Amino acid sequence: MLSIKNLHVSIEGKEIIRGLELEVKAGEVHAIMGPNGTGKSTLAGVIAGRDGIYEVTEGEVCYNGKDLLELPIEDRAREGIFLGFQYPVEIPGVSITNFMRTAINEIRQYKGLEQVSAGEFLKQMDEAKKLVGIHSKLTNRSVNEGFSGGEKKKNEIFQMAMLKPELAILDETDSGLDIDALKIVAKGVTSLRAKDNATIVITHYQRLLDYIVPDFVHVLFDGRIVKSGGKELALELEAKGYDWLKAEV
Amino acid sequence: MEIATNNIALKDQMIRLFEDNQASIFQNDTPEIITRRKKAIDAFKLNGFPHSKLENWRNTDLKQTLEAPYNYYFEPTFKDEINLKQIFQCNIPHLETDMFTQLNGWFISDNGPLKKSTDDVIIGSLNAAMEVYPELISQHYGKIAEDKKSGFVSLNNAFATDGIFIWVPDNVTVNIPMQMVNIIHHDKDIFIQNHNLIILGKNSKLQLVQCDDSVDHQRSLVNTVTEVFVGENSSLDHYKLQNKNNNSTLINSVFFNLERDARLTTNAITLNGGLIRNEHYVKLNGENCEANVMGVYLVDKTQHVDNQVFIDHAYPNCYSNELFKGILDDSARAVFNGHILVRRDAQKTNAFQNNKNILLTDKAIVNAQPFLEIYADDVKCSHGATVGQLDETAMFYLRSRGISVENSRLLLMYAFAAEVINHIKIVPLKTRIDDMVKKRLRGELSICEQCVLHCSTMEQEVKFDIDMSKV
Repeated sequence: MLSIKNLHVSIEGKEIIRGLELEVKAGEVHAIMGPNGTGKSTLAGVIAGRDGIYEVTEGEVCYNGKDLLELPIEDRAREGIFLGFQYPVEIPGVSITNFMRTAINEIRQYKGLEQVSAGEFLKQMDEAKKLVGIHSKLTNRSVNEGFSGGEKKKNEIFQMAMLKPELAILDETDSGLDIDALKIVAKGVTSLRAKDNATIVITHYQRLLDYIVPDFVHVLFDGRIVKSGGKELALELEAKGYDWLKAEV
Repeated sequence: MEIATNNIALKDQMIRLFEDNQASIFQNDTPEIITRRKKAIDAFKLNGFPHSKLENWRNTDLKQTLEAPYNYYFEPTFKDEINLKQIFQCNIPHLETDMFTQLNGWFISDNGPLKKSTDDVIIGSLNAAMEVYPELISQHYGKIAEDKKSGFVSLNNAFATDGIFIWVPDNVTVNIPMQMVNIIHHDKDIFIQNHNLIILGKNSKLQLVQCDDSVDHQRSLVNTVTEVFVGENSSLDHYKLQNKNNNSTLINSVFFNLERDARLTTNAITLNGGLIRNEHYVKLNGENCEANVMGVYLVDKTQHVDNQVFIDHAYPNCYSNELFKGILDDSARAVFNGHILVRRDAQKTNAFQNNKNILLTDKAIVNAQPFLEIYADDVKCSHGATVGQLDETAMFYLRSRGISVENSRLLLMYAFAAEVINHIKIVPLKTRIDDMVKKRLRGELSICEQCVLHCSTMEQEVKFDIDMSKV
């Protein structure tokens, strides 16, 4: 599904990602861990297409056989990529309902499908709301405006449930969540797992991985993946910290 | 008669016009009003038209407007048997209003010039009211529209003989909103001056929609003065809708006087216009008054919109809030001047002011200037002005969900304007303005053949909207 080869990315001339390699197949959950400032969010931004900040200087990102780096942001989303934001953006005046309806219809249009009917849309909304336990009141409000940290993150997973992406990248979805909210978010993500989709979970802590169990764990350090393994690697990191890896590198 | 050739300045022509046509102008006047007019023309002789050396006119250039030739009329420019419906129809779905129309500044109606409702509300032509209710008019005409405010105000006070007159007695809630429409439709370029007088007694309520439209592409200069008296514990919702052609100049000055416990909301919605200048003067002339002065402007090409707000806190414990938002495209230009005066005795004043703008191009210009003049020591006042582009992070967020650049921009611009639109309390009007703003932002709305509220593509669904209450 996703294949990243020898990726180099700079921000304002400073190289943040240096030769990153990653293969993600359908049905898999990958966790990317690592200390602060090692390029985790940069990787998420580059895959989603954030423009104006990142400069890809070398390498390729291939998604379902397409050169992802050539696609504009919205086409990546329409091709099935979803980024759960570390800091979801407040958009006063745009209700979540309008936002989702617009997004779904644009994605459907891209795929040559008809617009979603009001009935079908409401059904999807209800299901997604139940999944992450958010109130109807919330979806009539402006996107993220005045939401608590937990509500913002739940809203990201709600959107994920609405858009049903093929590849979801969750950038520090666990940051700022208490344990109850964390469980809800993780439950949401887990129940959206399927044979034909994949998830990349970016996190600092092992804690989230107790609830979203990964198939693979990668350690990102200094712009490269320095170690990969199964879910037990996360436990090892939790126990030993990152320093032993730094020593290895 | 034709005025303003290239040889003689418009100012001198207007003064001569006044002197030559006193018989027409004074026709229905009481002696007090004749005196008032003479005082006004003297003020105009002294000050003339505003010019860019005046602080409040620094950013609005009237040169082109004042150098053009116009025709000026002292009697209605149409014949009695005119079919108004052929020229203009207001087609807002579900909007029920009592509509009163002026054509080129002259009151026009099929049912006589003055109407008195069962609860003694009087509405109709100012000219007719001068004849029928001379005392009422003498007490109010030109009383709060001060000549010194601008040359346009004094000129209007001197010349205007018609306009809309509304009288709401004490303890009357007018249930159906009133709508006053001034349509400009003529085969020649014209200069129009009309004067509206709106009086609410005590404990009364009124919703008023004031529309300025042009239905052709002829050049026009419209100088409207509206005086509004809001009595004790009365409430007024006032909406100004402006959709003018790009050859028009509109100087629209509204003077509000609020007595104690009165409440005012006024909202100036500018969707199109060549040069529009809105002057809002609000005097809080008693304790516990509340004034919300708002506006939204969406302009492109070389359009120019100028909002001036002067709020006079003359008594303690009053609240005023100004919020003006604008989106400017192409080489459009917007000016905002907000002046809050808190007098020495006006303790416990709360006065807030905000002007926010989005510029879509490098050529669009905004000049925003707040001015707080505070003589009391126990007050809460704030002001803010922002000029910026659409937020990039927000654009990324929307696009990352599959929404196109174009629709993301639309959503963000619409959301920006909605903060003002959401304050419209007449629901069908709000729905319609909402719809028009969306169309305006999509570039689908230009000057309609009919009016500001009758856009030609009204049936077309706006895609990014879903109203949950209707599902």
